[in-house]
Parts: sequence; C-alpha cells; structure tokens
Amino acid sequence: MSLTLSADDLTLIRGERCLFEGLAFSLKAGELLLLEGRNGCGKTSLMRAIAGMLSLESGQIFWNDLPVLKQRQVFHGALVWLAHRTGLKGDLNMVENLQFEESLRAQSDRDRDAVYERLGIERLKRLPLRSLSAGQQRRVALARMLLADVPLWLMDEPFTNLDREGRKLVMELVEEHLAAGGLCVMAAHQDVDIDAPVTRIRLQ
Amino acid sequence: MNEYTAQPPGLLSGLWATARRDLLLAWKRPGDVLNPLFFFAMVCTLFPLAVGPSAEQLEFSGPGVLWVAALLATLLSLNSLFLTDFEDGSLDQLLVSAQPLPILALGKTLAHWLTSGLPLVLVSPILAITYRMPGSVVPVMMLTLLLGTVSLSLLGSIGAALTVGLHRGTALLSLLILPLAMPVLILGANTVSLAAGNDVYTTGIWALGAYAVASLSLAPYATAAALRISNE
Repeated sequence: MSLTLSADDLTLIRGERCLFEGLAFSLKAGELLLLEGRNGCGKTSLMRAIAGMLSLESGQIFWNDLPVLKQRQVFHGALVWLAHRTGLKGDLNMVENLQFEESLRAQSDRDRDAVYERLGIERLKRLPLRSLSAGQQRRVALARMLLADVPLWLMDEPFTNLDREGRKLVMELVEEHLAAGGLCVMAAHQDVDIDAPVTRIRLQ
Repeated sequence: MNEYTAQPPGLLSGLWATARRDLLLAWKRPGDVLNPLFFFAMVCTLFPLAVGPSAEQLEFSGPGVLWVAALLATLLSLNSLFLTDFEDGSLDQLLVSAQPLPILALGKTLAHWLTSGLPLVLVSPILAITYRMPGSVVPVMMLTLLLGTVSLSLLGSIGAALTVGLHRGTALLSLLILPLAMPVLILGANTVSLAAGNDVYTTGIWALGAYAVASLSLAPYATAAALRISNE
C-alpha cells in the first residue's frame, strides 16, 4: 500500500489576514514537505491545519485519498506531532513520560536503549524533566517520535534549542525515516540539508 | 521498508494511561489536591462561627452548608483540569492522539474526581458530626455527595474545556457550569434534609444517580468537542 498525504485548495484566514489561499500539495511515501517563510507567515497554522487541529476556510487534507476529517482516528493513528511545546510533563521523568505515549500509540520494535543512546539521553531516565535543559527535553520528544510506529512525522521547528550535532542528528533521523518509506512535513526557517525528494512551500 | 502494521493499544489503555498520568502528577504536587479540600473544611467550620452555634440551627443548616461548600470546592478545582496541559503542549498531543478524545477526556475527569471529589466525600462525615447530623443520616449524605461530585466533575470538565484558551476563565467557568450544577445541589441538599427529618428520601438518590449516569454518558463527548473548539 502506498501512503499519500495531499491537500487541495487550502485557504486559511486568521482575523483580518489571509495566511494562504488556494494552497495545494501532494506527498508520497519517502518524500519531505518543507514549509518555509519568515516568522508569523502561517507555517505553524498550516501545520496545525494538516494535523486536524485547525479548521480551514476552504479546502481539504487527504490521507490515502480520503479526507482526514472523515477518518480522524485512522489519520491520527498514523502520525506523530512534534512542536515547539514538547507536550512532556516537567514533573514526571523521561520513562514515565514515554510510558504514557506507549499506551496511546502503536509502538515500533526498535530497541529502546539504543534509541536513548543515539539521542544521548540514556543517563537522564530517572530525572524529572523540568531539571533537564531545553535541548535535552527536545531530545526526549524526539525519542517519543522514534519509538512510535507511524508513517507520518509532523515537525514544527524541530531544530529549536538543539546544538549543531542535534540538528545534524534530526536530519539523519528524517533521512532514515523517509528511506524506510515514511513521510515528513517540516516547518523550518533554518537551511535543511536532507537527502530525499523535497517539495518546498514558501509562505508569504 | 517499514509496513507500519503495528496496532494502537486498545481504548481502555488510553483511559487508564491518562488517569494514571494525572494521578501521578497529583501525587508529585499534593498541594493542588489539598487546596479544594482545605476550602471545603474551612467553609464548613467557619459557618457556625458566623450564624451561631445553637444545636437547632446547626442541624437545620448542616446539609445545605455541606453541599454548597462541596459545590464551590469542586468549581474551584476545575479550573486547572486542562490548564497545565494547554500550557505545556500536552493538550495538542491529546488532540492528535490515536485514541478517541472523549475517552482521554474521561480519563482526565476520572483522575480529577479521584483527587478532588472523592476526598470531599471521605472527609464529609467528620464535618457532618460537627453539625450534629444523626449517625443514620451520615451514610445518606455521603452517598449524595458521591453521586453529586461525579456529576459535578463531569459537567465541570465541559466548562473547563470551553474556557481553557481564555486567561482567567475561572469566573466564566463557574457561570457556565452553575445552571447545570444547580439541580445537583438542590437534589443533594434536600435529600439529606429529608433523611434527617425521617422522611422518604430514596427518590432523591435515584434522581442524583440518573443525573450522574446522564453526565457520564454525554459529558465526555461535549468535553472533547469543546477542547477541539477552544484549542483552534
């Protein structure tokens, strides 16, 4: 089965401003959709609309050629969401946070400890998350994403708070994910150097 | 190539996971849990100081005071139900979760009731005794509070979901919930008064039970819809 994410004639108006109009894209397994543009141009809004958290003025998003609003549970079961706010609980430690995700989403059969080690967070397991640095918290959020067995990665500014090695690691992870037949939508204002078919959307 | 064939966990695991996480968070921050309980105990102890300690008056006003205090304590605790999740991005994660949102909202409400409603029910006999409530009436009062706080937590979760995006939504939340909460208050307090006067009180218990069941079956859907709207 080939996985596709596409959109047709998307229009979004926030307040008095039209963020985008008549936007369309089509993404197949192994491809990356890169959203670019300056701050406040609507990248996050478009990401939230794709994830089904924001209703659009017009247009529809399709997952495997079916509108996502008609199969919300299936679509949400096929994606992970990584945004500026990590959605991890500062009072809980890494293991407790990831356990919660485990009970909600299909999990991959990757070796957990190998994932932690690759992300450099293997020694932070028992510390409450609020005592970690912002970059370390983001690495825990990346672990959540890697451990989920889902094809679609939605990443809103994935490089925030990460050091140079961290940014390189994220690009490697996305490359591997795409090579394994996954899809990725990414909003970024840094240069992204990923070896995969890329569709770029530049928001005004 | 990855085939992505792993199945997401079942519905109950989503319910327990959200309830368990909120209970764990409450355990790590006991202050938030104890606040409504202190408020409940304080109102109930202060009231006799203001209206006078005559036995007759205490017996007469006891059920009403306990019930009003329980209602206000529950409203007080509701504001924080989705607020921290909204602030740290967990709410977004729940919204795009592979599990149905009503189930997750129910899990959160369950944890809220276990940490705010249930403690009130357990503490109420001590306060009831200070109002000279007869021993035979105390179990009736506990039962009404048990059913009543379940309804209040569930109805309150709708209001909390609607006001989550607003800053300082507490007043609005209370205002939204009050019309739905009033029947619970009237039924609860009057049932206890009837029991204290040796009248037939079972109708009130059934009505409260029906109200709780209706809230349980409808509120999670309303809460989920409200969360989607207020988080746009």
